[in-house]
Amino acid sequence: MDRIYEKLAAIVGKEFISNAPEERYLYARDQGVQQASAPDYVVMPDSTEEVRQIVLLANEERIPVVPMGGALVLSGLTIPLRGGIVLDMKRMNRILEVNEASHYVVVEAGASHGMLQAYLKKHHPAVKHSVPDAPPVATVGGNMAIHGSGHLSQSEGGFHSEMVTGLEVVLGTGEVLKLGSCSTVPKWFSRAPLPDLAGLFLGWNGTTGVITKIGMKLFPSPKLKDVMMFMTEDIDSVTDILFRVIGTEMAEDIAFFVSPMPAYFDGFQLLMVSVVANSEKEMRMRKELIRDSVQSYLDDKEAGFLPLPPHMKVKLVEAPQKNLSEFADVMKGGGFEYVGAIMPVEAIPEAYRAGLKITEKYNITYSMGARVVGRGHSVMFYYAYPFNRADKENMGTVAKALEETNEAALEMGGIPWKTEVSGQQLILERMEPGTYHLMTQIRKLLDPNGIMNPGNWEVRS
Amino acid sequence: MKQEYADIVHRCFRCGWCKLPTNYVDFNCPAYLKYRFETFASGGRMWLIRAWLDGDIETSERLGQILFSCVTCKNCVEACALPKIKDSLVDIFIAAREDLVEKGAVPPAVRDYLKAMSISGNPYKKPRDERSDWAKGLDLPEFTDQEYLFYVGDVGSYDELGMKMAREVGKLLRDTGLSIGILGSAEVSDGNDVKTLGEAGLASHLMQENIRVLRERGVRKIITLSPHGYNAMKNDYPSLGGRFEVYHYTQVLGLMVNDRVPKGTLDVKVTFHDPCYLGRWNREYWGPRFLLGSVPGVRLVEMDRNMQNALCCGGGGGNFYTDILGTGADSASQVRAREALDTGADILAVACPICHKMLDDAVKAEGLEGAIRVMDVAGVVNLSRG
Repeated sequence: MDRIYEKLAAIVGKEFISNAPEERYLYARDQGVQQASAPDYVVMPDSTEEVRQIVLLANEERIPVVPMGGALVLSGLTIPLRGGIVLDMKRMNRILEVNEASHYVVVEAGASHGMLQAYLKKHHPAVKHSVPDAPPVATVGGNMAIHGSGHLSQSEGGFHSEMVTGLEVVLGTGEVLKLGSCSTVPKWFSRAPLPDLAGLFLGWNGTTGVITKIGMKLFPSPKLKDVMMFMTEDIDSVTDILFRVIGTEMAEDIAFFVSPMPAYFDGFQLLMVSVVANSEKEMRMRKELIRDSVQSYLDDKEAGFLPLPPHMKVKLVEAPQKNLSEFADVMKGGGFEYVGAIMPVEAIPEAYRAGLKITEKYNITYSMGARVVGRGHSVMFYYAYPFNRADKENMGTVAKALEETNEAALEMGGIPWKTEVSGQQLILERMEPGTYHLMTQIRKLLDPNGIMNPGNWEVRS
Repeated sequence: MKQEYADIVHRCFRCGWCKLPTNYVDFNCPAYLKYRFETFASGGRMWLIRAWLDGDIETSERLGQILFSCVTCKNCVEACALPKIKDSLVDIFIAAREDLVEKGAVPPAVRDYLKAMSISGNPYKKPRDERSDWAKGLDLPEFTDQEYLFYVGDVGSYDELGMKMAREVGKLLRDTGLSIGILGSAEVSDGNDVKTLGEAGLASHLMQENIRVLRERGVRKIITLSPHGYNAMKNDYPSLGGRFEVYHYTQVLGLMVNDRVPKGTLDVKVTFHDPCYLGRWNREYWGPRFLLGSVPGVRLVEMDRNMQNALCCGGGGGNFYTDILGTGADSASQVRAREALDTGADILAVACPICHKMLDDAVKAEGLEGAIRVMDVAGVVNLSRG
């Protein structure tokens, strides 16, 4: 048995390390179209101390460390591009503290959104957290680290990374730090008023350190939920309709989507508006104000509300929605990957047209849409392309479409989200040199030996 | 592997819904719960099977461990997001096991179990004439022309706790006044777990042999002790020519015991553990609860994971015999024992001899003997009768 294996086994226990072909095969790839690259070891730590020891060992041995959460990123960010250690964080999934009065929760980074949701529902039903569209095994740490968004991103303050109230991290050097109020007092309520260092670990794809604990905002959880579906055939009116609905401040979540399937949806732009309330009276009032905000479109018969049967409503008020995962089987092939571009709201019509052009060019099917983030400060516009995992040619076509979509998103003023290495290159090509220089300086400081997820956020020489 | 499975194995997206129950409480796939590597989740297994079929990975001891640690509990089937492939998930895992059995590349514990079943007709390597020992002194007649056959199976015949459970159920069936008989030493293994462990040929042989005996005796209605036997007789036997009316004992007693058996009052809190082969495999959730509810003073409390979301005891899919999952704090049985304790229940009620043994051992391993007691449902009813 090799020396590094033995040392890692001494840290986490023999049952939680593997260099077997089976684990190396599976952790070499994700659900997207990125090329596989196998780790040398898959290791599952159970504590911050174990993470620290692993990182120290990786420094000694100069081998890469790639933190992994729910294994759902799709764009290859947890594929170990230069081998080394994949750090599967899902054993670190404890819920450490819920503070209802100050509306925050502290969890270990490998805690899943689903388990947190179930825990809050049972023990703290008055509060809830923002749930991403990802399957419920998506981890809090992974989703925060990639600037994820969720069903409260519209109404409650933006990307999930903006809901972080504190972090515990292990730097690439092996130092353990706390960031936010928890660095100074034993509470995790806020990143302000201290210098905001949490950003050094959010959006960096694990290149600056390993997030081990997270403080995160909670929000009130009204009892009643409903959903309204607004449809129009005019893409150019979508920005205005969103502005009006956002302006009511009555909606919890607002998402726009288009899809050629089922056939009766083709050609329509659909807006899903989720509404929550504490009483029937409040619910009626909220829905009425939303309806009033778009009344002129209704009067002109340019758009309308789609009646939703109860069984459909039940599915639509769920967070996360299971039917989003069903999209992976559209091509009967178990795959989809998407470009999620963070862009200004007014870019929606152009983004939609660009998407249609690309899917037409590559003759691939699609789903497009956008979630409003932060009461209209931006949208996460997604272009999702399903593919057949058993059809290499189809996967190659989708890979090309994704790359072209990344370029198109940047051209229209958006920035690809959690993007694969090729998308990162496109971003870095356009980034201010000073900004990139600062990024590299910070990485040198936090990870002097360059062991943290190398290959990401690096300009190719 | 059957072409129909080979053709769809790549359609798993590995989205991970299969790891959790539908209420997301905690990991609900026993193999993943214990090992935590992505490879041990149903999605990971699907991807590895595909890689194996494509020649990207080789047959290995590790692959055997990954495939045979599946307890066939069907949590993944319940939770999977892909309606067009979800129903085939466990069938695909069993088909992959069949391929490993054919190649002779199974873990030693699986090999030993199959060898014992092949040579002795039971996993305990005990003589056939001991099959009737559980019924000694119960005054249960041998089946001749009674309305029902009470079939106890391997665990009820040979395992100490299984035998105790068979006696409790047999006693209650007898006192209910049902017309029942038993086969005793003429019983043949039901074949359910041989099938799930991938020895399709031997399973078919055992099932056909059982059908022959049942037919010769003129059996028309069967009450089983084990949900595993119930599943095989209900779902596999008809395609082999064995058409019987099959009931699990909780289904029969749940409806009848109220009127026919006088009961005293208990002052206990009971939580019920749904057996996978009764619950998710056959959608029977209420029979055992009706039976428990028939006892005055029983306060039924549910665990967070119940009915279609129940956590398997870890003994399904042959693991009861092979113990590939093993013990430890993250083993399904020990997690389940703690979950039962969290309800505040005095009794953890079971309706399967395999669950009974798995959870009884888990309660001991967790040092909870003084805090919670594992009893089969019939045993709870009998307890009230003094």
